[in-house]
Amino acid sequence: MNSGDTAWILVSCALVLMMTPALALFYGGMVRRKNVLSTLTLSYIFMALIGVQWVLYGYSLAFGTDIGGLIGGLNFAGFNGVGALPNEDYSKTIPHSLFAAFQMMFAVITPALITGAFVERVQYKSFLLFSLLWATLVYDPLCHWVWGQGGWLKQMGVLDFAGGTVVHIAAGFSALAFALVIGPRKGFGKAPMEPHNITLTVLGAGLLWVGWFGFNAGSALAANGVAVNALLTTNTSAATAGLVWMLLSWLDGRPSPLGIATGMVVGLAAVTPASGFVTPLAAMVIGAVAAPISYYTMRFRDRRKLDESLDVWACHGMASSWGTLATGLFATVAVNSDGANGLFLGNPKQFGIQALAVVVTIIFSFTVTYVVAKLLDWSIGLRVTPIEEEVGLDISSHGERSYS
Amino acid sequence: MLKKIEAIIREDKVNDVKDALAEIGIVGLNIFEIRGHGRQGGIKLSGRAGTYMVDMLPKIQVNIILSERNLEETIQAICKSAYTGEPGDGLIFVYPVEEVIRIRTRERGQDAVMYPGDIDARKGRGHVKET
Repeated sequence: MNSGDTAWILVSCALVLMMTPALALFYGGMVRRKNVLSTLTLSYIFMALIGVQWVLYGYSLAFGTDIGGLIGGLNFAGFNGVGALPNEDYSKTIPHSLFAAFQMMFAVITPALITGAFVERVQYKSFLLFSLLWATLVYDPLCHWVWGQGGWLKQMGVLDFAGGTVVHIAAGFSALAFALVIGPRKGFGKAPMEPHNITLTVLGAGLLWVGWFGFNAGSALAANGVAVNALLTTNTSAATAGLVWMLLSWLDGRPSPLGIATGMVVGLAAVTPASGFVTPLAAMVIGAVAAPISYYTMRFRDRRKLDESLDVWACHGMASSWGTLATGLFATVAVNSDGANGLFLGNPKQFGIQALAVVVTIIFSFTVTYVVAKLLDWSIGLRVTPIEEEVGLDISSHGERSYS
Repeated sequence: MLKKIEAIIREDKVNDVKDALAEIGIVGLNIFEIRGHGRQGGIKLSGRAGTYMVDMLPKIQVNIILSERNLEETIQAICKSAYTGEPGDGLIFVYPVEEVIRIRTRERGQDAVMYPGDIDARKGRGHVKET
């Protein structure tokens, strides 16, 4: 047990928890004023929903005793046996319960990311049911595959430092699937849907950046050099992607503040899987390439008239797909001896494993989400009524007004 | 005879128009922040990726209740100060007003829209009660 490591992961827990309200602000600023509270709630509620699910059985499905490489057993249900002592598999220098708490924060924010796909029209009770199913059927198994002892992708040697596959690709492609099922907002493509308060979004992006230090540097699970490297690569990628996005939006008109904030988040999502395995200079390349990938994915989505409303797919899914592949290019054991070398250091096999993990994550998360969303759509319905949508979800779903 | 002027002007011209009106002695006015469009159509804003059109543009509506004898001078002042020559300069609507009552003094009609030092006082017209 190491008190330095324990202290740092305790702080990281708090930092990652803060990212969920930060995401709520990030999303909340981009919707119309009649849907602000609804959008905030779609993110906020996960602190409560997963805060319970994770203790009851979520953690156990992800990190319990392996069953066939696919899922964890129920031996940790109710945090049974998850106590102050370290765990041989996951946390040699910190309490097992701290590892479980840190992982909880990831399980909280991941489904919150998806909500950007269906804001301003989703029916609240269907959303809650979907979210619980998604956490159980997509997040927990995927988390086990990549990070759980005995998980099949982990055994294959996939490198995902802080959740490129588990968090960002899964959320991004699930968002795409859900958007296809629920359909566009009323009037999408005809009336402009102006973000009502970009101040909130910029504030949210800033807090996300701060929180991401806990997300990535905390994923070292120790207060050591790998953690510091992860912090630096995180910062460098966000900085580079922010600058590149600013230039791209400038070329198309003016340097958009919403665009700059978006670019920063894209850089953060892209570097997440790589952060503990690559150098800061490689992170610069990761951020620089991520920005145009997400930017032009957004333009493509817009041209196809697809209402994946807040671009979760473009920002998280596409950026982190690139980041996970880039981990297979730039990874070096000089940064992290527990990692591996990538293609550029003569290990093409690692790139193959990364590519497989990306493809598997995309297919798995997209398919399960599509099926679950379709089933809910057929049974209890995914959308509010047209009149409720017109009134706005703040009043029609929640009976409160954001600005009185 | 009392009239109401509703002048729809550019947001960025509101101070010029206020100054021009003060210059000729139009004291009482209020403004609305409104949205709309005429011939100007819309404007392009930066989005997250690329630009998008917004067709309901922010404008200012200046409301003035005044005596008909001051109408033309006021219209000229607004036209001059709100002018850029580009589409989107706005419109002025003029309506008849049936009655005006100043709540504090119960003055009615023209008396109710006169102020110390205003356009009428400068021209020696009417009586403005000292306050």
